[in-house]
Amino acid sequence: MDILSSGLLQRALLEVVILGATCGALGVWLLQLHHTYAAESLAHAMLPGLVIAALLGAPLLLGAAGGVLVAAALIALAARDTRVGAEVAVGVTVTTAFGLGAVLALAPDVPARLGELLFGDLLGTSTADLVAACVLGACVGLALCAGHRPLAAAVFDPLAAPSLGVRPARVELALLALLAIAVVAAVQGLGNLLVLALIVAPAAAAIRLGQTVGRQIALAAALGALAGLLGLVASAELDIAAGASVALAAIALWVIAALLAPKPARAAGAPRSLVETLGG
Amino acid sequence: MSSPAAPPAPAAAASGVRVQGLSASYGAAAIALRDVTFAAAGGQAVAVLGPNGGGKTTLFRVLLGELPAATGSAAVRGTIAYVPQTERSRLDFPVSALDVTLMGAYARTPWYRRVAARDRALGRAALDRVGLADSSGTRFGALSGGQRQRVLIARALVQDAGVLLLDEPFAGVDRTSEEAILSILDELRAEGRVLLIATHDVEQARRWDRVLCLAGTQIAYGPPADTLTNAVLEGTYGAEIVMLDCGHRAVAIQHHSHSH
Repeated sequence: MDILSSGLLQRALLEVVILGATCGALGVWLLQLHHTYAAESLAHAMLPGLVIAALLGAPLLLGAAGGVLVAAALIALAARDTRVGAEVAVGVTVTTAFGLGAVLALAPDVPARLGELLFGDLLGTSTADLVAACVLGACVGLALCAGHRPLAAAVFDPLAAPSLGVRPARVELALLALLAIAVVAAVQGLGNLLVLALIVAPAAAAIRLGQTVGRQIALAAALGALAGLLGLVASAELDIAAGASVALAAIALWVIAALLAPKPARAAGAPRSLVETLGG
Repeated sequence: MSSPAAPPAPAAAASGVRVQGLSASYGAAAIALRDVTFAAAGGQAVAVLGPNGGGKTTLFRVLLGELPAATGSAAVRGTIAYVPQTERSRLDFPVSALDVTLMGAYARTPWYRRVAARDRALGRAALDRVGLADSSGTRFGALSGGQRQRVLIARALVQDAGVLLLDEPFAGVDRTSEEAILSILDELRAEGRVLLIATHDVEQARRWDRVLCLAGTQIAYGPPADTLTNAVLEGTYGAEIVMLDCGHRAVAIQHHSHSH
């Protein structure tokens, strides 16, 4: 297997391992806070930003960042209408943004890159992409270490958290900001549809297997990196799309974990919405 | 089950709560609580009685500084800790009893440090005090309701709380655990701490030093003997009250809807 001999594959491999570890670790907190839907939404809602960046020939990273910011602002704005609730606001915003992105991308004058935006282009990873993934991944990792205690208090006991010196609303906002950073870093390689697999599947597997939050995070990071590795190798050997095979590898690891886990870890007292059940 | 010679916490020495002409509301909504005036000194336990929506949670949130007073004032001396109902926390979250207890030290732990060794020792001592030294490594969600309640009280001890706000500490707790919790609360009171105990149990309210009856407004405040009269209870609970034993015993019928 001469997968490591090509610079193309080496970069792709490094990129996907970094992204897998970052998204996996972050995913544990997103799942624990029941923010799977937000993760999916944020990733999808930045499509217009990506398309505009592709149209202008600007780096996708910039388009992703702009798209995420606009989407977050729109979601916050729509969520102000308390009559409909936040989930509806998110749904409406995301569908609008995704539709807008698709219309832009499918316009006759646009070069045909929609597939790349949706499903990523791991083998097209440049050295600049790799550096960006390293820096953004390190930021997310450090922030998760620094924020471990506030996150734990906010998840475990949001009612008492303020009296423990933790503000749950701020913690959740900070986590969503980290999510935005991770998605921005991952979109070039994995695309804005498939990035979700690396955020949700390793974390879901780790939550089933890990006995403490710290172990769950370490395990999710390892499983995310492993999924990236296995997916990329499979894609090179079987000549299938890289992003998709990484996503499928992540799902496969989750299925194995679900079979290995002694029993479903979820206890009573943690109702999940339908969206979360389907997404996670 | 707990060491009787435990030294009084430094913060408890000068603890107190003074509420003067307080009213509060959530945003632009109607006033949720009005005209509350009471004072509790260190060493006093106050039962806070009232129906759901009567303002118990609102009062607690004002005391915790999470909700501003619309009029009047609420002053707290000493560190304040909130002891929530245990089933409101995430029971599937993988934290041990000691982990939860140590959350009481989070506010004084810088983000770049681990929880200090001194605080870890405090946490173990607090768990020992509530009789759970052997369960420190047990997952919080695997403990019984009464044990979980005691862990949350231990957490308040690590916070070194002079004022404890307890939200229905006996809800979903078996008889044995109830006795254990009562004796812990008696100890904390004897150390000079202030306890505010939100409860639906009129009978149990009689054992505390003061009773505060809230039904959107303050119905009464004072020693149980003066406060727990038929007139006050009817004013507090309206038609929901059931009198037993010719008015010597009363039971409040409550539907536990978990909303503010």
